[in-house]
Amino acid sequence: MIRFAALQFRNQAAVAFGALAVVAIVLAVTGPHLVNLYDTTVLTCGVHHDCSAATTALTDTDGPIQVFLAFLLLAVPALIGMFWGAPLVAHEFEAGTFRLAWTQGVTRTGWLAVKLGVGALASVVVTGLLSLMVTWWSSPIDTVSANHFDPLLFGARDLTPVGYAAFAFVLGACAGLVIRRTVPAMFTALAGFVAVRYVVNSWVRPHLMAPLHRYLVINASSPLNMGETPAGFQVTATTRGVLPGDWVYSNQIVDKAGHAPTTAFLDRACPLGHASAQVNAQTCATNLAAKFHLLVTYQPASRYWDLQWYETAVFFGVAAILAGLCFLWIPRPS
Amino acid sequence: MTVVLETGGLGKQYGRRWALHDCTLSIPAEKVVGLVGPNGAGKTTLLHLAVGLLSPTTGTITVLGDAPASGRTQLGKIGFVAQDTPTYARLSITQHLHMGAWLNPNWDSELAAQRVDQLGLDPKQRAGSLSGGQRAQLALTLAIAKQPELLLLDEPVASLDPLARREFLQSLMEVVAEHGVSVVLSSHLVSDLERVCDYLIVLDASHVQLAGEVSELLASHHRLSGPRRDPATLPPTQHVIEQSHTDKQSTLLVRTDEPIHDPAWNVTPVTLEDLVLAYMSQSRDNQAVGRSTLGLVP
Repeated sequence: MIRFAALQFRNQAAVAFGALAVVAIVLAVTGPHLVNLYDTTVLTCGVHHDCSAATTALTDTDGPIQVFLAFLLLAVPALIGMFWGAPLVAHEFEAGTFRLAWTQGVTRTGWLAVKLGVGALASVVVTGLLSLMVTWWSSPIDTVSANHFDPLLFGARDLTPVGYAAFAFVLGACAGLVIRRTVPAMFTALAGFVAVRYVVNSWVRPHLMAPLHRYLVINASSPLNMGETPAGFQVTATTRGVLPGDWVYSNQIVDKAGHAPTTAFLDRACPLGHASAQVNAQTCATNLAAKFHLLVTYQPASRYWDLQWYETAVFFGVAAILAGLCFLWIPRPS
Repeated sequence: MTVVLETGGLGKQYGRRWALHDCTLSIPAEKVVGLVGPNGAGKTTLLHLAVGLLSPTTGTITVLGDAPASGRTQLGKIGFVAQDTPTYARLSITQHLHMGAWLNPNWDSELAAQRVDQLGLDPKQRAGSLSGGQRAQLALTLAIAKQPELLLLDEPVASLDPLARREFLQSLMEVVAEHGVSVVLSSHLVSDLERVCDYLIVLDASHVQLAGEVSELLASHHRLSGPRRDPATLPPTQHVIEQSHTDKQSTLLVRTDEPIHDPAWNVTPVTLEDLVLAYMSQSRDNQAVGRSTLGLVP
């Protein structure tokens, strides 16, 4: 059955590996230039004190390719779900060939298990190779520019795309098994995949590991924003993080008991006088410092790999549950 | 007598409609069984139940002594050619034969290759570009090379032109002669089956109307014509299946196991087609009576 599933799958696999080869060539041609640029400008910029110019020059290099790769890793798992997963079983129903397949000397569960297994393995391999290439190509840029927890980067580097692809493939296959029509199954798979990615991005990933808390002293150099908001006069901190690579959930101004300053206190402590905004902020910081400090809630950069593994595991877990449902759903001879 | 397919009170319901109802059958081994009935009579439903593509709503079915599709061995013992002979359009004939070899325990590669050769098919040709007749032959080859004990064919010739129809049935007969396999073959046309079947099942309105050896059925049915007569006056051993009357004459189709002695009748033998049509119109009449008593037909 494995050989037959591979035979049925080989055209789709050939298209994918062909596309992968094209991407590999483009990245292999342009990648060494980025590494060279990083080595010659960013690594040595400290000597010339022109680091911001050097990093900007590096992050602006090959802009179209960067955009394309970001799009590619967003799209590839969805495409796998639509074009590999959805037709897997749905097309057998549409063409009537399930009547041929299910009357060969192989059980229906065996048939489904092998088809799902071969397709999921191909999805994982293709997306894994793509992610590997993109992660390598982008590494000089990622090193200087962005926070690795940026939603666009976290889901487009290292392990996570592999989990997305496995999930999308099984989702498409299940949709096809239930709906029995390829095109509706394709769109169901797309909608389901986008929805789950969004939910995990927004609500699951921040809870995969309990965040750390750190208290920072407020002093005159603490960057504070003051202003009227619909909720009244507010002071907020804009500290980007404890370390540049950390994933900061929030910065709150709190006292020892964990309470935020009252509006009345802020009105007194942080007057919006005629002085410049900078002077106002310094006055405010000095007045707050006596009683308040900054509470930073964050994931340290060192947890990047833990979170990558956990999120990938979540997607593999959901894929496994969906696959189990497929086996329950497939019509069973009594 | 060994039995290849046995059903008891078998029924399949879709929503409120019964596609097959209260079907009790026992099909003996080493026969070529014709399953006849109009479109929508439940032939496909019965065959799909027999290969496990459907599961019954009520009743039981055993095929070769086991529940349908109960495992790899059981699936391997049954060759099935589905309606419209589905094949993988993008796979070549050779690839279909590979599929058969990979998926079936008793696959006979030599037989399969030999048949493709005999049929004059190009093994590299994709199934999608075959003619209807060629595709049916490919499907039959796949079913036969499994070396099945039972071959089930669902309207295999319905979409074929008369020549392809004859060729297909001929190759089926060769297989039966060579391998001694039991066959159940469905069709909505008796003429397709007349030359090949030795056992007949008439299915109409989701019920079995008639089942038996073709030779026995032909021997026990007679067409009687003579002066007009009320069928109620016939001897109790003669069952009227169909009747038509003019002012002076009556024509009856009767079933009886005893010889007909009444000299008033002109007795002629019936053809299989007469028989099937008579039983089907009988089931229609019964339905009409049923409906009129329910007040549906004025």
